[in-house]
Amino acid sequence: MMFPSIKAWRKSWLAPLDPILLNTMTVLVLFSLIVLYSASGEEIGKVTSQLRNLALALTGMWLVARTHPQTLERLAFPLYGIALLALIGVALFGEVSHGARRWLHLGPVRLQPSELMKIALPLALAAFFEMRARTLNWRDFVIASLMLLLPVGLVLRQPDLGTALLIASSGFYVLYFAGLPWKVMAFLGGSVLAALPMIWPLLHGYQKKRILTFIDPTQDPLGAGYHTLQAMIAIGSGGVLGKGWLRGTQSHLDFLPEHTTDFIFAVFGEEFGLVGELVFLGALLILITRGFVIANEGSTPFSRLMAGALSMTLFTYTFVNMGMVSGILPVVGVPLPFLSYGGTSLVTLFISLGFLMSVHHHRKLVKH
Amino acid sequence: MTAPLRNPHQDRWNFRLRLRLMWWVVVVLTVILLGRLAWLQIVAQRYYHTLAEANRISLVPTVPNRGLILDRNGVLLAENHYDYDLEINPRLCPEVTQTIDGLTALVTITSSDRKLFQKMRDETHGLAPVPIRTHLTEDEVARFSVNRYRFPGVDIEARLTRFYPQGTHASHLIGYIGRINEDDQDRLEDEDLSDQYRGTNHIGKLGIEGHYEQLLHGTPGFEQVETDAAGHGVRVLAHTPPVSGNDLYLTIDAHLQQVAEDAFGTNRGALVAIDPTTGEVLAFVSQPGFDPNLFVDGIDQEHWNDLNTSPDHPLNNRALRGQYPPGSTVKPFMALAALQLNIRTPEYTLADPGYFAFPGSTHHYRDWKEGGHGMVNMALSIIQSCDTYYYSLANEMGIDALHDFFIQFGFGQKSGIDLDGEASGLYPSTAWKKKKYHQDWYGGDTVISGIGQGFVLATPLQLAVATATLANGGRRMKPHLVKAIRNTENGRIDPVAPEVVQSISFRPQDLETLRLAMEGVMKPGGTASQAGAGAPYAIAGKTGTAQVVAVRQGEKYNAGALAERNRDHALFIAYAPTDHPRLAIAVLVENGGHGGATAAPIARQVFDYYLLGKVPAPIQPTRSPPADDVPLD
Repeated sequence: MMFPSIKAWRKSWLAPLDPILLNTMTVLVLFSLIVLYSASGEEIGKVTSQLRNLALALTGMWLVARTHPQTLERLAFPLYGIALLALIGVALFGEVSHGARRWLHLGPVRLQPSELMKIALPLALAAFFEMRARTLNWRDFVIASLMLLLPVGLVLRQPDLGTALLIASSGFYVLYFAGLPWKVMAFLGGSVLAALPMIWPLLHGYQKKRILTFIDPTQDPLGAGYHTLQAMIAIGSGGVLGKGWLRGTQSHLDFLPEHTTDFIFAVFGEEFGLVGELVFLGALLILITRGFVIANEGSTPFSRLMAGALSMTLFTYTFVNMGMVSGILPVVGVPLPFLSYGGTSLVTLFISLGFLMSVHHHRKLVKH
Repeated sequence: MTAPLRNPHQDRWNFRLRLRLMWWVVVVLTVILLGRLAWLQIVAQRYYHTLAEANRISLVPTVPNRGLILDRNGVLLAENHYDYDLEINPRLCPEVTQTIDGLTALVTITSSDRKLFQKMRDETHGLAPVPIRTHLTEDEVARFSVNRYRFPGVDIEARLTRFYPQGTHASHLIGYIGRINEDDQDRLEDEDLSDQYRGTNHIGKLGIEGHYEQLLHGTPGFEQVETDAAGHGVRVLAHTPPVSGNDLYLTIDAHLQQVAEDAFGTNRGALVAIDPTTGEVLAFVSQPGFDPNLFVDGIDQEHWNDLNTSPDHPLNNRALRGQYPPGSTVKPFMALAALQLNIRTPEYTLADPGYFAFPGSTHHYRDWKEGGHGMVNMALSIIQSCDTYYYSLANEMGIDALHDFFIQFGFGQKSGIDLDGEASGLYPSTAWKKKKYHQDWYGGDTVISGIGQGFVLATPLQLAVATATLANGGRRMKPHLVKAIRNTENGRIDPVAPEVVQSISFRPQDLETLRLAMEGVMKPGGTASQAGAGAPYAIAGKTGTAQVVAVRQGEKYNAGALAERNRDHALFIAYAPTDHPRLAIAVLVENGGHGGATAAPIARQVFDYYLLGKVPAPIQPTRSPPADDVPLD
């Protein structure tokens, strides 16, 4: 070619970046910035701030994509150990805010260790199964289950039901892909259903309230049901084609709560309608399918399990958030991948994508 | 112990199967999600669209301007001026008490403001904005406006408020508006008028303001306003302008009214002055009055106690609702009845021993003048107010004949004046007493009725109507207070036509007899000669005295010995000029003693002003509007 140097640069620097993931991602990112501008009440500051987050996230993605999965594998156990210790620290001397003990003060830094655990748990489990891959038996699943239940139990005690369930789900995906016996899963599903009536009295007041208002949001239209109701009004009134960009009344007149973060999908639905949502969900489905394809090609059990679990986690966040905003799931504080404003969730998301790219890039280059 | 090695190919195959299964789970869940979204956005779209519009658009009523009240010459009696209130919407204000505490740094809020706020908040059940302070000064408005962002749910409300520039003058007549209370609300709902009062906090309570509420109020307009979640208007989408209420021109002459009120001095009492040919009420006085401005925004406890516990009863509308024994003021009507029914001739003469007694009875119905008036004919009986003459006359005529005659002049029934709460007075009859007390009528009841005592009760208004009827030759006109109604939208003025209630035919010579006798009252030798002295026009009058406490047989009425509040009420009725009557007046002075001495001079001042233009003192509005009376914008 005419510019061999550029070609070489492309090869060495951009090669790990899977084009399908990259292109779909770019579409979603552009979408998100347009929606954010509207959701923030046409405040360009939020958009530039999100662009900064994006720069950071892309850098993270690129670094992870270049890194061999085995390098990441080595980080798994230490990371899990740190996260677990931090969770114990929270339980012992964490800061109480809004009635829950979630934050840990380390000098000037305020940490929410449960966020770290969201990544550390699947990493550690995948690494564990990689280690045991040759001789995997039922005892390993017992150990893995304990590795899962310990942090979930700690987060549950904070109390933070939503995050506990999300951590549990990310760990569960690893167990599932690692081959958790169907019988065990059937038994677990059955006992969870059976235990529901017994769990009810153990729930905290606000948790009960959330579930009750989820069943009937109109019960308390100005209180706990307000968020869901206003979100449903926003989405429903958007119709098939939406009200048009910047023309959603629910968000622009402040009826929607959290309209740049957890409830941004309502803004999106109001302004872009069912058609916009189809495009968005379509793009996400492409990402997840691509993630599954990559998982299938993974060279090691660790990379396969991680790719599968990360893809599923991406889907779980999307489904839980959209289910909550559209009123089929109770209100849980879960950001919507890509759309929700916020640095942490964006960086986590892009690092996950970077990991998928790394798995894809290193699918044949087995490092010994 | 070593576990058996696993088959990696089998594991890969398993993994692929699980991926595929999971992918289908993802697809199914995505379809469920899309189904939900499609349901929201296709099936339920109209419903949620309506909800979103309801969220966004609120119908804000625009309050109509209340009609003005003016006197017959255009002097303002009730007007509107801009006023600024500080309102809290409890629904949008999370911590009301803390908010109020915070507001005290910017505006003065007294503990009674807080109490009133709490009371109104309870009444509105926390659903509507409630004022925490009314009549903000411009400084306070400015201070709050700068800090508004700190107080969600708190806003300044600029509104037109009612102002009564005449202060206490004509207060009983004009009445006042006050905050709509729960009773008003119920009534409005019953009459299906609540829509007319959207956004309105006030309603006419008394007087003209109360009676003509529907004409004065107007029709509210509506603005479709786009509002944000905090309830702040963002922009106006559509606007239906309000229709202002009608202006009312009263029959009252504000200057005459003030002359009449001033003539009372510190006396309590009432005066009603009527144009006999039309029934227009030119002055309608009940003294003492009150400042209606106090009631507009809810009267505070202190003022209310003052008004309510005052022994002078300033809230009592004596002209309309005060029922007094008419005393000797009934005598001209008694005389006219006797002539009309041919029971007496003017020439008939009675030898007055100073009392009347039934044959064979020792009970004496005493004349006010010890020893009597000597030989008394009809004219003299009126001029000197001879009681004995009327004791015997009443006895001869019988109460039922008198009843039938008197009610023609409007005694014992509401005059139908355009004010609410009128008292009907009482003219008794045998049937009435039977029904009311299950008792027979006694001759003695009739005798004292002849001098307007006993069961007979009349309001000052009724006396004025009866006098006007006499002056008008027997044509009783309906007394009314509104002369014309001005439609503020098109400027059209509809005059209120005079209304004849009843026409009684009298022989001209009988009316002439009465006129001359009543003129005599005002002349030397008459009971009101002092009040009539020097009048360049002829007045026909009659004095009266109504007992407050009964004087026992054999005792003598001694004004000096009685407590002031137990002294007789002084009464006076008159019309002038007698050849072409322009004004008929009834005056009552509570505990004023003799009618000729206290009541008649008041009537004379009113006549002088009305007929001669004699002004005792220059007339000025007693109150000027508050300093912050600046138009909006």
